[in-house]
Amino acid sequence: MKYIEEFRQHDLAHQLSAAISKAVKPDRSYHLMEFCGGHTHAIFRYGVQDLMPPNVKFVHGPGCPVCVLPIGRIDNAIALVERHDVILCTYGDVLRVPASGRRSLLKVKAAGADIRMVYSVRDALRIAQENPGRQVVFFAIGFETTTPPTAVAIRQAQAEGLGNFSVFCNHVLTPAAIQNILESPEVRDMGSVSIDGFFGPSHVSSIIGSRPYEFFAEEFQKPVVIAGFEPLDVMQSALMLIRQLNEGRYEVENEYTRVVTREGNTKAQSLVAEVFELRRVFEWRGLGLVPYSALRLKEAYAALDAEKRFDTPAIAASDVKGCECPSILRGVKRPVDCKLFGTVCTPENPMGSCMVSSEGACAAYWSYGRFRRPETASRETAA
Amino acid sequence: MCLALPANVLAIDTMTDMAIVSPGGVRKDVSLALVDDVRVDDFVMIPVGYAFNKLSEEAAERTLRPFAEAGLTAGEPV
Repeated sequence: MKYIEEFRQHDLAHQLSAAISKAVKPDRSYHLMEFCGGHTHAIFRYGVQDLMPPNVKFVHGPGCPVCVLPIGRIDNAIALVERHDVILCTYGDVLRVPASGRRSLLKVKAAGADIRMVYSVRDALRIAQENPGRQVVFFAIGFETTTPPTAVAIRQAQAEGLGNFSVFCNHVLTPAAIQNILESPEVRDMGSVSIDGFFGPSHVSSIIGSRPYEFFAEEFQKPVVIAGFEPLDVMQSALMLIRQLNEGRYEVENEYTRVVTREGNTKAQSLVAEVFELRRVFEWRGLGLVPYSALRLKEAYAALDAEKRFDTPAIAASDVKGCECPSILRGVKRPVDCKLFGTVCTPENPMGSCMVSSEGACAAYWSYGRFRRPETASRETAA
Repeated sequence: MCLALPANVLAIDTMTDMAIVSPGGVRKDVSLALVDDVRVDDFVMIPVGYAFNKLSEEAAERTLRPFAEAGLTAGEPV
């Protein structure tokens, strides 16, 4: 068992496809939102949409950390390097996100700023140890998956008395965002977005467990199936959602049992709880101000909080004109509905954040979706 | 950032709580600060340099079984 090839088997995919076609009721449609960008990419990379009957539709959610980060936070990071001469460390995706004035961290780096792409927050700690005369800021970003490593690093920096290290915290929370989508006017009142059920995130759930989804499965009467990132995982989870919908059930089911439990990783959870606390409100691109949807460092770790060490005022910045990222992140529009998609906005020259990341919906459409057979695409439009 | 591949554990250094893992044949140092009871030959997920949950072979086999059953109930593969 290598846990990869087994979940990409061609024959099984076609058998599952046939089982799904048999399970769907022809008189209804099934709109299934994959919250997580990892699922969006699996769906496109492996052509999962084309293995579904026409009345099963995937709605892409906001689960891409760089996509939901408002431009103002990137502007803050640029100000940190330009005004305070810090070494800024962050994950690769963040560097290419467009900021205000057609800038990005990558362009600022090219102009001479000391910005370093790191694979892990451990690399940022090492850079701080190696540069005792410089301030090193880790631009922390991500959902519940990347938060525990940041917590470990903050504790380590405090234990070592690493005075030149701090964290610019942008960690956000999945359940708050899902609830925000379900309560949005498009879903609730206008009905312009229909969502019948959710694919639960893979690795976020490995940390938080499947339990946090139970509240809104019950409250909003929507089934949730925690799904792995491989194509057979996504297909099996689609079948599980379709069965729940056919039977009128709205439960949390777990397809990704090889990694996810109901309780999650309790060691990681307690570390996060020790270091971080909820922000009363945080701005998300596309979703606006979402209450209790992000984390900040607790008072006990205030000395390591870049927002306290440096001045990082709230910056209101608007997206590039014509960019539909905000609507795409809410599932209201698809990447192909954006006028910039594939014309001025491409992965090489992204205008909006959804084109940047290997988790963004526009990047998935561009990398794989544009090769879909025209007859398949037209069949889907007609349906 | 949430993406991760399963990697098998080649060696563990209990002093530093680090392990050498091999995702897809590449050797990589990862921290074991977020998992308990990891042994050599286990598979772990490593999103950003930290090993997360151990993978369960038994659960993986249980997941694969319904895939095959779905095929049986659906008749011949298309």
